[in-house]
Order: sequence, then C-alpha cells, then structure tokens
Amino acid sequence: MQSKQTVVVIGNGMVGQKLLDVLVEDGATDRWDVVAFGEERHLAYDRVNLSAYVAGASAAELNLAAPEVVGHPAVRMVVGDRVVAIDRDARTVTAESGQVVCYDALVLATGSTPFVPPVAGGDGPGCFVYRTLDDLDAIIAHAPDCGTGVVIGGGLLGLEAANALRQLGLETHVVEFAPRLMPVQVDDAGGSVLRSAIEAIGIGVHTAKVTTEVRRDGDRVTGLAFADGTDLVADLVVYSAGIRPRDDLARSCGLEVGERGGVVVDDACRTADPRVYAVGECASHQGRVYGLVAPGYSMARVVADRLTGGDATFTGADLSTKLKLLGVDVASFGDAHATTPGARILTWHDACPSDPSVATYKKLVVSGDGLRLLGGMLVGDASDYASLHQLHASGATLPAHPELLVLPSLAGASSPLPGAGAMDDGATVCTCNNVTKGAICAAITDCALTTVGEVRDATRAGSTCGSCTPLISGILDDELTRAGVAVDRSLCEHFPHTRQELFDIVRVRRVRTFAELVAGWGTGRGCAVCKPAVASMLATLWNEHVLDRDHASLQDTNDRFLANLQRDGTYSVVPRVPGGEITPERLIVLGEVARDYDLYTKVTGGQRIDLFGARLDQLPSIWRRLVDAGFESGHAYGKSLRTVKSCVGRSWCRYGVQDSTSLAIALEERYRGLRSPHKLKLAVSGCSRECAEAQGKDVGVIATEAGWNLYVGGNGGMKPQHAVLLATDLDTATLVRYIDRFLMFYVRTADRLERTATWLNKLDGGLEHLRRVVVDDSLGLAAELEAAMDHHVDTYRCEWAATLDDPAKLAMFTPFVNEPEAVEVDLAYVRERGQRRPASAEERAASEVAVTVTAGVGGR
Amino acid sequence: MSAGTEVTTTWVAVCPAEQIVPETGVCALVEGEQVAVFRLADGSVWALGNLDPFSGASVMARGIVGDRAGVPVVASPVYKQCFDLRTGACLDDPSVALPAHRTEVVEGVVLVAAQEGMAT
Repeated sequence: MQSKQTVVVIGNGMVGQKLLDVLVEDGATDRWDVVAFGEERHLAYDRVNLSAYVAGASAAELNLAAPEVVGHPAVRMVVGDRVVAIDRDARTVTAESGQVVCYDALVLATGSTPFVPPVAGGDGPGCFVYRTLDDLDAIIAHAPDCGTGVVIGGGLLGLEAANALRQLGLETHVVEFAPRLMPVQVDDAGGSVLRSAIEAIGIGVHTAKVTTEVRRDGDRVTGLAFADGTDLVADLVVYSAGIRPRDDLARSCGLEVGERGGVVVDDACRTADPRVYAVGECASHQGRVYGLVAPGYSMARVVADRLTGGDATFTGADLSTKLKLLGVDVASFGDAHATTPGARILTWHDACPSDPSVATYKKLVVSGDGLRLLGGMLVGDASDYASLHQLHASGATLPAHPELLVLPSLAGASSPLPGAGAMDDGATVCTCNNVTKGAICAAITDCALTTVGEVRDATRAGSTCGSCTPLISGILDDELTRAGVAVDRSLCEHFPHTRQELFDIVRVRRVRTFAELVAGWGTGRGCAVCKPAVASMLATLWNEHVLDRDHASLQDTNDRFLANLQRDGTYSVVPRVPGGEITPERLIVLGEVARDYDLYTKVTGGQRIDLFGARLDQLPSIWRRLVDAGFESGHAYGKSLRTVKSCVGRSWCRYGVQDSTSLAIALEERYRGLRSPHKLKLAVSGCSRECAEAQGKDVGVIATEAGWNLYVGGNGGMKPQHAVLLATDLDTATLVRYIDRFLMFYVRTADRLERTATWLNKLDGGLEHLRRVVVDDSLGLAAELEAAMDHHVDTYRCEWAATLDDPAKLAMFTPFVNEPEAVEVDLAYVRERGQRRPASAEERAASEVAVTVTAGVGGR
Repeated sequence: MSAGTEVTTTWVAVCPAEQIVPETGVCALVEGEQVAVFRLADGSVWALGNLDPFSGASVMARGIVGDRAGVPVVASPVYKQCFDLRTGACLDDPSVALPAHRTEVVEGVVLVAAQEGMAT
C-alpha cells in the first residue's frame, strides 16, 4: 500500500474549512494526512454572519469547524500560529512558532484583508475594520463610549457592519463613494429603494462621498470630512471598502501574482508550482479575485477532487446573489445592468412613500427578441428570485408577456413563472454546487427521498446559499405527486396537523384522551396511523398506563398486548435485561419459562433474550413468573426505549477506562418506558474500541480518559448511519442532562415513525443547531425538557406488573370472549435445531407438521 | 348456496356489549369459527372473520378500528390492510374480502349470526 502523503492547508477561514470538510467527507483522508494552519485563535467561523455575534450569538454558534472534521484522526489543526515562510524546494512551511511541516501538496487559503483607504487621521484609536471576531470584540469594547458610528463602504459587507453598529445601540451612518448603495449589485432605482428602506430604520445614508479626513481630538475620533466640503459627526469608524488578497506568502516564495493581486491559478486552482494550490479570496483566476464565499467553496471542491486524482475544474463563478441586509431583500443575477446590446429592460418600481420599508423594485433584463431572460435585480421583495434565476440559467423561452413576471402577484392569480415541472432535466437548479434537475429527480426516485433535507444531503443541492431551496421543494413535490406519494404533511386524513403540531397541542392544551383531541382538532374516528401516534404522545407526556380504558383502543397490537406480534399471530416476550447484565438465577428463570412453555429462544442483537411462540392467553402467566423473578417489561413491543447495550468496561476489560456497564444500566433505568416517534436504542462503550457499537445507536456514549463522549443520531435499520459527536469529555451528570434534553427535543419535534438519524438529517441548521439547543440552551428549553424527562422517570411503572394487578386489563388476554377456557388450536409448528418454529403454508398443506401447540400449558 | 334454499339463521350470544371496550374488537367462537366482533363508540356492533387473509394468522379482532373517508374499518394488525366493517371488503385490495356476519344487540347482549354461506 502506498504510504500516506501530507497536504498542508494554510488558512482556516470559511474556504479553508470547506476544503477540510470535503476532504474528510469524500474519504480523501485515506490517502492524505492533513495539517491545517489558522492564525486566529478561533477555528473557522461563519464570517458572513458576523453581525449575529454582535446580536449576542456566541463564537461557538458561528463555528463552522465540526468536531468530526477537526477531530478526525487524519487531520491536525494548528490554531493561533501563522505560517511565515514557504520553502518550495524543501517542500516545507515554517510557522511563527518555529514549527516546520513538510508537505506533498500545499493549499493557500489565506483569504484577504480589508482595504483601508488612505485617509488623514484614519488609522488609530476609534477606527476599525470588520473582518474577524477579534475585530468585532474590539468594536464591541469601544462602542460604549460612543454615540455615533460610521461605516465607510456601502457594499454588502458595509451594510452588515452598519447592522452590527445599530445593534450596539449607536446612531449609525453609511458612507459610500459611489452614487448609490451596493453599486455592484443594484442600479440607481434599486439603490434608491434600498436607501429608503435602510433610512426608514434610522440609518443615515451618504452616497457620492469621498472621505478626506478622520477628524480627531487627541485620541478620540470626532468626525469625518468629505471632499465636497461637507462633514459628519462620528465617534467610531468602521472601514468596509473592499478587500485585498493576502498573497504575501506566495510572493515571498516566488509564485506569480495577478495584476490586482492574488496568486495566479489555473482551472485546477493550481499555481505555477504543481504541488501548490490556492483557493478563495487569495487566488486570482483569469485575472479575477472573487470576494464571495460561494466561488471559494467551488474552488475548495476542485482542489479536494484533484488531490484524489479527479479532474474537476473551476471555470469562473456565477455571481448571482441573494441577501437580506438590514431586513431588506436584495438579489441580482446575470446581466443585471443590461450591458448586452439590444437588451430590453422591464421594471416594476413601487416607491411606497407611506412606508418606505415595504418599497419594492424589480428589474428584468430580456433579450431584444423578448425570448430570453438575461438577468435581473430584485430589491425589497426577492421571493421570486429562485424561479427567475432558474429561468435565466436554463435559457428557457419566456412566456408571451414577460412583463407579467415583474408584476406583484395578484390575489388568487397563479404565478406566471413556470413551475419546477416545466424545467428541463439538464437545467441547473443549484448553481453553488452545480446540481441539475435531472440529478435531483434521480436521487428522489432512486433513494425514495421525501424531504428537502434528504435531497440536500443526497445531492448537496441547496447546501450552500440555500436560495434554490424553493425550487428543490417544487421539484420534490412534483416528483412525489407524480409517484403518487401524498406531499401533505398532515398526520392522516383525521388530523390536518403534523405530528409535531399535534404534540404541541396535546402538551399545551393538556389533552388527555384521543377522543378529546379528535373532537377539538380533527375529524372522524381515527385510524391505524393517528391512533398509535396519539397514544405515543399521550404516553410520553402523561405516562398513564397504555391499557387504561381510554387508551387501549388506540394501541397497535404490540402495545395492546404488551408483546411482539409474530407472523402466526403468537407473540414474543422480551423482559428487560438492563445493560445486558443478568444474574445466573434470572437466566435460569428465563430458561425454565422457555422450557415450560416450549418457547423458541434467541439472544437478540440488543443483549436480551427473546422468547417466541406465546399465545395471547399464555402472556399473563408467563409474565407472572417473570415479574415474580424481578424482571420488568422490556418494551420490546413499543416505539420506545429498547436497550442500552454495553461492554464490560473497566470492571473486567483490560482496556476499559470507565464503568460502562453501570452507566448503561443507569441510562436504561432512567429512560425505560419512554414512548417516542420511533424505537430508541442506546449504547455505552468503555473505551474507544467501541465493543458496544455505540456509534450505531440513537444515543451512543464512549468513555474517554476524561469522561464521556456523547454521540447522537445513529441507527441501523434500512439506511444505516453513524451517530455524530455532540459533546466531549462530559461528567456523568452533564451527560445525563444532555441526553435528557436530546431525547425530549427529538420526541417533541420528530415526525411519526421518524428515526433520530432522519430527524437530525432534516433538522434546520443540522448538528450545529442541535448542539446549540442541547449544550448552549439556545432556545431556553433545557429546563423544560429536563423537567419533562424527570416527570417520565418519576412516573415510570412496569406496564406488565400494572397489568397483572388489574383484572380489567387481564381480561383483554382472553382469546375467545364467549369461551374463556378455549385456546387457539389452528397453530402449527415444526422443529428445527431442537426448537419449534411456525410451520409454513407448504408444510401445513403437506401435513409435515410435527408439533401442534400443547393446549394444557398456560391455561388459567 | 342456490336461490330458494331455506336458510335458518343461527344466532350465537357472544357477550354483553359493555364487555367490549368501545372502538375495539374481541374474538368469539361461533360454531367453531373464529369471528372478530367490534363495537364502535356509537354503540354499533360489527362482526367479520378473524382470519387475516394476508398473513394467514387469526388476528383481525386485534386490529385498530377507525374510519377511512367515513367508512368504518379495521386495520389488520399484521400488515395493516383495511377492511370495511360493514361488508368485510378489503379497501386496499378489492379482490379480497373477509366473511361478514350479521349482528344484533338484544337486551345488551351481542348476538352474532353463524356463517350463512360464503360471502362473495
């Protein structure tokens, strides 16, 4: 086998991190060890949303560096250390700390620095740039002494910065050199709509202003002076006047840089040195430096592909943008400024003097013959962006009256825009990731996808800027409708609500019975879909016995008879064996019961013992013996907690670092009986050898030297998926708290029969959002979720013990209502490997049946 | 059974209606045949053969009772096909039907008619 090579990535910004993500995701780490340098003290974060940090988001919430990537065994992260030299002959990089790392391939992802225009008095206290979390910390620290903040630069980042200053409580102004805001994206009319909307929220806008001086009184900034003789009072200045590529490392090691800066790269994102690549804002491709993240992401994917022997190319980027700045939609695509000869311009401009914040401007640029959409611009209302952008990208013929496309849709009128169904299969839906409609349709059909989240995961469409999500949703609805799948998210015909909505209704309105719920929020009498689903919600929330008179009729057969229905109509019995630990005495009881009732016996995958072939009438007497021996219901029948698998951990194992068995038992006893949308399995491994296979479970815990690592969202089933790391090195109390929160959050928000893996795949914001909810309590729900779990734990009672104590419930186990002593006789078995199993239809027909059930055993 | 044949219906008293939890079924032996007897919340009582034709297991009485577009149904507990409680017709596969039995409730007692010939 070829030995592994090393790729060094310089820079851990958004693009550098994307490269690491793709390398790990695509398995390039089998071939490459990755060393990534980041000069900031933070791992990669979402720079595009920096103003959220000012609004109170934590650095952790902006974090883009997933632990499974930066903690990957083939990835070494070096943060807070800047690479200062590259030796291309020796193939080494040297960092400020003095460490030297050899490379086989090198990727420059050093990004850019903000451009600070040369202005008298312009560098010193009170003047800032807007680029990093440290920049923001400096602004936040300075702001309390200030009344007025000015942003120099009215581009998209400038408006983001203005948003930040506004959130800091400063009177805020934006100063732009060009005659309008966002000069690259919008025209004068669009700029004026944008300006009115921004002014309407109290931000001062000053266009066509050239700043000549930052006035000072000692160390304090006092204002700005402009070339036209006007001035503006200011206490704080933020520059956002463009970027300059950071190409100094490349220059110093002799790589060619472009006219306007940036390391020159070819279509493979490779510099003149075949071992050195450059991506993102430090790269110059065909003389162009891109100041947007999406082209950087495309470059990162090209390099990842090249490193694994692929031949992907970067051939320029679609500069279409859709943003929401200061609450105002701004979008532009294609030839928005109508530079194509003969182009016709169609505009709709609603200035709305009474409420400038709702003003809209729409502009379409159409070919001279009126057949093609060349570009467009939307300000104030960009809801048609995805469809229009697609119409442009596909080159499809425009409808007869293209002017209708810019008119606001009239109430009741259908949109003149062609729907997703009208698109060609070759049309690109997601321009960020270059995914066609055909690829999306194929994924929907081949993998039986039913949600936008699943399509996103399977195809990457919509995973970057997300602006094509409405189109994806349209295509999905279209495909599902064509395949005869109902797209309606209603639980069933009896409830026009999703499971999550119903759960909230039951919880908030304190609904106690199905009858109450269907009377108030549904129609009809219910069915095999909604009844068990509602039964599960009632059990989760109120934990009343499932066979209570109001609840018994809702239960699917397994819950109704507290056992698992098998193919011949008999049941299997699975007592709880917490953590898989069982005493010899109890093991003997199981053996005796199995022998006395001639039950087929099998050890399950979840470390329990399954006893098959019990008739309905035998279940109570079997359980009487099991309960007397100290067993509890194993809930093998419910959509509920099944098992917590474990290894022997530190107690016996040479390698175990924690007591995994004790924890598994504690967890199983805590969550036993918890009803959930789908069955739940947990596991605890005592060391990273992972003998309990915890990463294949809904909740997996793996011991570390320092505590417990918590994984969530794994499952076996039809579409196996590994769990993902949620939190590390937890003490036991914190671990249990996090699991409480995770399980209750899942139980409350998942769809009917939705596994944790699917739920997590679909969750808006994904793992990061989940981490914020569970670890940072971003929704403020943690206490409520924990209290809900405490209620469950406090009210737990073994369902079988309670059933045996209640004659009314026991009566349900009578097979024939009019002949209580009769037993089922049309059951037939054959012996195989010393045990009985149901006879097949052929065996019955051929009278090969060797065993019929013994009528006497279990009679009551 | 040819037209004109004298038919004497045999009624079998199964249990007090109150004994069947509303919106559930019980199984009764009617002249040796397993019959699933259902009682709805409105007090009506319906009876179908207990043998699920899709799985071959005698379990229909254990199915969930409900309605589909207003038609009262029971769903097989094995593979979940729905059957019309009034006629035994399978709504998911028109070629399949369960035998349907007439029922009456007399003085609070459920009576089920023994099979009166093969339903077609």
